[in-house]
Amino acid sequence: MTLGLEAYLMLAALLFSAGMYGAVSKKGAVQVLMSLELMAVGVDLNLVAFSRYVTPVEMTGQFFTVFVMIVSAAEIGLGLALVLAIFRSARSSEVDSLAELKG
Amino acid sequence: MTDTYTLVAFGVLALVSVASAVGMLTARNVVHAAYCLLAVSIAAAGLFALLEARYLALMQVLVYAGAVAILNLFTIMITLRRREDAVRPRDFSWPGLALAVTFFAAVAVAVAGGVLVPGVEPDVFPGVREFGERLFEIEGWVLPFEIASLVLTAALVGAVWWSREEGER
Repeated sequence: MTLGLEAYLMLAALLFSAGMYGAVSKKGAVQVLMSLELMAVGVDLNLVAFSRYVTPVEMTGQFFTVFVMIVSAAEIGLGLALVLAIFRSARSSEVDSLAELKG
Repeated sequence: MTDTYTLVAFGVLALVSVASAVGMLTARNVVHAAYCLLAVSIAAAGLFALLEARYLALMQVLVYAGAVAILNLFTIMITLRRREDAVRPRDFSWPGLALAVTFFAAVAVAVAGGVLVPGVEPDVFPGVREFGERLFEIEGWVLPFEIASLVLTAALVGAVWWSREEGER
């Protein structure tokens, strides 16, 4: 039995779905962001696996992964800064405290 | 021999990453959840190394297991006033579970039924040096890479601006 692309794709899909469940169900803003990160890990794994098995020399998937990493790092930085800003005005980091948008 | 070794390494890393992901979703303590995410990131770095993406394995450890994990823990620390606040009720939602299971089933059907065209396997996989050379080639990826660095700079400046006190803006 050899390890193929399918095994990696299944694992990536599992991680992505776990992150998706967390992003939808969690009520703390930090946990929602951590779940989004889990989804990003799934996407990265998917791209690297495709890169290894479909374009091993060109490494196209690996370059895509670099961009996904940059965007998700920006997203996490902004997200956590937003959590801090909301915490300052609402004294809470629950997603429900975002119901009031004005000031 | 190499195949068995790779298979065992994949099994261990897959088990660790899935178990930590489940641990992150079921942990009642937010700090434990952050450490579970750290374990997922490190396992993912191991999987990248298995997939011959050595540079990305390194970046995964530096960015996710290093910087992002610290950022998560700091935000948790700042937004919790008391130690007991870290323990929260388990959030559970049937619609969320249904969505995730449906998505996984759809992907699993697509992967099982899809025809994947494997590329030509080289004798020696390109390493960090070849990766860097292709990344900074003019007709390669250098322009998107520079644009991405602008995006990251803008995002981080925005993050600093947002997280300041109201009066300092």
